[in-house]
Amino acid sequence: MMALTDIDVSYRTLKVWRRNADVFQRLWRAEILWPVIEPLIVILGVGLGLGRFVELESGEDYIVFLTPGVMAAFAMWAAIAEGAWASYNRMAWQKTYDAMIATPVSIDDVITGEITWAASRGVLSTCFLVIITVALTPVWGLVDSPLVVLAIPTAFLLGFMFGSMALLATSLVTSVSQLGYFVSLIVIPMFWVGGVFFPPEELSRGMQIFAWFLPLSHAVNLQRGWVTGDVALSMLVDLIWILIVTAILYRTVLWSMRRRLIK
Amino acid sequence: MQPQVLIEARALSKRFGDLIAVDGIDFEVVQGECFGLLGPNGAGKTSTIRMICCVSPVTSGSLRVLGMDPAHEARTIKARLGVVPQDDNLDSDLSAFENLRAYARYFDIDATTAKQRAAEVLDLMALTDKADAKIDQLSGGMKRRLVVARALMSQPELLVLDEPTTGLDPQARQLFWRKLRQLKRDGMTMLLTTHYMEEAAQLCDRVIIMDESHIIARGTPRDLIADVIGREVVEVHFEEGRHREALAGVRSLANGFEVEETEDVIYIFERDGQHAESLDLRGLEAIGSEVVLRKASLEDVFLRLTGRELIE
Repeated sequence: MMALTDIDVSYRTLKVWRRNADVFQRLWRAEILWPVIEPLIVILGVGLGLGRFVELESGEDYIVFLTPGVMAAFAMWAAIAEGAWASYNRMAWQKTYDAMIATPVSIDDVITGEITWAASRGVLSTCFLVIITVALTPVWGLVDSPLVVLAIPTAFLLGFMFGSMALLATSLVTSVSQLGYFVSLIVIPMFWVGGVFFPPEELSRGMQIFAWFLPLSHAVNLQRGWVTGDVALSMLVDLIWILIVTAILYRTVLWSMRRRLIK
Repeated sequence: MQPQVLIEARALSKRFGDLIAVDGIDFEVVQGECFGLLGPNGAGKTSTIRMICCVSPVTSGSLRVLGMDPAHEARTIKARLGVVPQDDNLDSDLSAFENLRAYARYFDIDATTAKQRAAEVLDLMALTDKADAKIDQLSGGMKRRLVVARALMSQPELLVLDEPTTGLDPQARQLFWRKLRQLKRDGMTMLLTTHYMEEAAQLCDRVIIMDESHIIARGTPRDLIADVIGREVVEVHFEEGRHREALAGVRSLANGFEVEETEDVIYIFERDGQHAESLDLRGLEAIGSEVVLRKASLEDVFLRLTGRELIE
């Protein structure tokens, strides 16, 4: 096991990020559609459709409640899709990592660049959602505060956390289908009980404790604060928990990827 | 003046748990030579190469690459090496030119210089008209040459090639060899692993042969052939089922020669002071279905030393 301080990251990590950005620039037409359409379907379909049957204690419209949760959840999905399938493909099939570590780029540069790129995909998703929800605000009152712009840098942090998580899964699996276990056992449960679709108060006591530990719950709290403008001190707790989880995941994925690729 | 030593391995070992991949090998590679690392699959060639390329930690012994220690100066070493890996790990999302440009960036080469060098290396590898091609539009030989072009982008002091022509057809291989000879003439130092003995004979000044994680022979291809095999070899092919009598017949005619048998061929090797020409070829022809007298090759050395049995 490496010492905690033994992290070999340099400015070259940006070149890894740049490589992914170059590819995205080539393929964005094919890649942009679904990440844009899917959250919109959820907000409109679930928010308006299902929302007609939902009455919240707070009295707000369901679609208004749903908006910040979807922002956080799709930043998560964007980062996870990149850090799991796309990164696995680069690592195992295209051997892009092997090509990069033959140059002055270190393995830690590669992994950090990959995570940063996954985080950028999260930012992109949130940027889009901020634009759309602000545009729809005159109709459904989705956004209550100019602080909503802070959802964008927050998405970077969330993307970095979930990107680290996905890359950790990538470093452990031996086939792309095994990534399905990571998604169905970890990501999807988090997606459903992480405070996106209903307030955690609706859960049983035990489940509430469980939900508290899920990083997505705190991600949703932060985005809710920026979207509604109800900034509370508790958001500091959310932020600290996210930073702790991120630090643990990031350190672990560097160790795990080194173990896998530097044999 | 002593030639500059670019790679120096002393008692170099690599272990993966209980498996010993490389067991205390010694060798050095000097500037300007093409050095061959030969051996069957699993002999420890790739493990050795990976340690030199700083992507696999040395278990024990010492290794200096360009005078530096891979454990502590990996980035500096890697900045000065050109690596041609076994797999074509080209970036299939990018064009040939974009591959070179992205790679140059990892070496801190600025955009203008990268563009200029890309043009040079593409020209050198006869790929100029493929600059904008996507990777899956290239043939196997073109991909391999592009990987070499990519390795040359940083103007390395040492080119490391790990089984560079595996899977190429004979034409593509010939062209590939020609390009490597051209690089060698221009003064490039090369370390090459291969299990194609013809490749080693064509390109390498000196070789080591590895088997089961040890070095079992070393020298120039010419010396190795002369020392291990001699000048010529006679092959006696025989029909199935006639093994015992063929062997007995050959033994009586090739008295004093080294005889090695397989299921359908008997090989006769020269020993000190003997010449294959002195053999009674007509007599041998009466024994086998076909008799061939030919020059000894590095392949004979390799098979002689590593065994003819299939290693799996």
